[in-house]
Amino acid sequence: MRANTWAGRNKVEVRDVPDPRILNRRDAIVRITSTAICGSDLHLVDGYVPTMQDGDVMGHEFMGEVVEVGPGVDPDRLRVGDRVVVPFPIACGACGACAAELYSCCENTNPNAGIAEKMFGHPVAGIFGYSHLTGGFAGGQAQYARVPFADVGPLKIESDLADEQVLFLSDILPTGYMGAEMCDIQPSDVVAVWGAGPVGQFAMDSARILGAAKVIAIDKEPYRLQMAERAGHIPVNFEEVDVRSRLLELTGGRGPDKCIDAVGLEATHGSAHIATYDRVKQAVRAESDRPHVLRQAIMSCRSGGVVSVIGVYGGLVDKFPAGAWMNRSLTLRTGQCHVQRYMKPLLGRIERGEIDPTRIITHRLPLDEAERGFELFKNKQDHCEKVVLKP
Amino acid sequence: MELTATTTIRKPAPEVYAFWRDLENLPTFMAHLEEVRTTGDRTSHWVANAPFGKDVQWDAEILDEAPGEKIRWRSTGDADVPNAGTVRFMPAPDGVSTEVHVVLLYDIPGGPVGKAVAKYFGEEPHQQLDDDLRRLKQVLETGEVVRSDGAPWGKRARKEFPQRPAQPLSDAEFAKGAEA
Repeated sequence: MRANTWAGRNKVEVRDVPDPRILNRRDAIVRITSTAICGSDLHLVDGYVPTMQDGDVMGHEFMGEVVEVGPGVDPDRLRVGDRVVVPFPIACGACGACAAELYSCCENTNPNAGIAEKMFGHPVAGIFGYSHLTGGFAGGQAQYARVPFADVGPLKIESDLADEQVLFLSDILPTGYMGAEMCDIQPSDVVAVWGAGPVGQFAMDSARILGAAKVIAIDKEPYRLQMAERAGHIPVNFEEVDVRSRLLELTGGRGPDKCIDAVGLEATHGSAHIATYDRVKQAVRAESDRPHVLRQAIMSCRSGGVVSVIGVYGGLVDKFPAGAWMNRSLTLRTGQCHVQRYMKPLLGRIERGEIDPTRIITHRLPLDEAERGFELFKNKQDHCEKVVLKP
Repeated sequence: MELTATTTIRKPAPEVYAFWRDLENLPTFMAHLEEVRTTGDRTSHWVANAPFGKDVQWDAEILDEAPGEKIRWRSTGDADVPNAGTVRFMPAPDGVSTEVHVVLLYDIPGGPVGKAVAKYFGEEPHQQLDDDLRRLKQVLETGEVVRSDGAPWGKRARKEFPQRPAQPLSDAEFAKGAEA
């Protein structure tokens, strides 16, 4: 089959690779009909997530048709011919974490738990196409994928909704939604979202659905801010204005009640010297992540507010504003999305027309043009917001 | 050498105990074991696989057991690597799960066998037992040892990075299996 693979830092390559096969009794093989490039794929390609290997099949946002099931798959849950969206964290459904609906922290699905434990203190779940640290599972930017625990995660789509309306249930829609949900939004809340990429846009839409009075979008790309503005959110361009002053202005001096970091470890910064400080520390491996957004969100949030982190962090950060966090009674909440928890309720919201996930799609390319898709997305060329690949 | 490890399994203690007490189950999750054969009510014959040193076999006996709580055993006769172990099963505070606490003791000899054993355990001997217990948890909670494209061989996957790429196996690789 054809598959998009990691080919070294800053390089992806669509290659011929073997077709997947059943390795565990509860596996299924899915023929992929739609897949997407995620912002976190860029962290892998940019070389910020360790344990990638040449030839790793990338991609963790995909859907398609079940073409084979292992002998252990419960036929009441999944059969050949079913149309499914596959959640990016692989979860067993039986461990303590799964019982607590903490699916991205599943205790059983990462065969390389030993390295994950060394990096993170405790292991994390397996993830499709997302380094060997998260299990070494081939991803979904391919014609076919092997899906372990196929009777636990995949969501059957039984209506006639188009692929593009449901594809993002695999990751970015639930991720954005969880970012807003962790904010425990009250009707009077002003919610500020750093990052107007795909996850940020869905965090903004979710904040509004959950009842926020006002939603603010912070980014530097005018086209991304315009996209947020068209969806009813208030744009703040950090290259044009001082974010803190503007946020104070928009909130009567209180600061946003809830702040969402939808950027993570590769943040860029309006202030050159701080950006350079982090970039240099990252380059000499004295700091693995550039936590600019996290710092600014903590400093901006009103006292007693919530800072919710859905942007990806991978290792250690420097200059964490612990004083602001502690003295001003802030709550910091975070997590890789527990996608399985949100798929069904969000499918309901899509069916009822409460949310339109297709609004962020700017590019549709054949799988063989994945490399071009990565270039467009990474360099924000051609007003690229979200690339959907068709195998 | 003394190794200790612990894990929590979301199954009741009698079930976890029963699985371990059927010693023939041990090779499903303990990487170094090829086979354990029950030879009597309390006696058994253990065979360790090649990386541990070729043809290492020994007899063992259970010294002490309390159903649902504890099993203590040791090798008997003149084992190449005299060893002993204890496993305790304790109800976890959640009222559902069982804590499994394992202690293994190896009396590592000199000579080639001792060298092979030392090489097998490597610089981080605890890692092996931690991974064994992770697989025990996988088997009891999900039914089998979880495999990925990077680590497709279940308990025979020793190295976590670098490993084979996260890419499906070719027919030839699959046919060759873990020894490839």
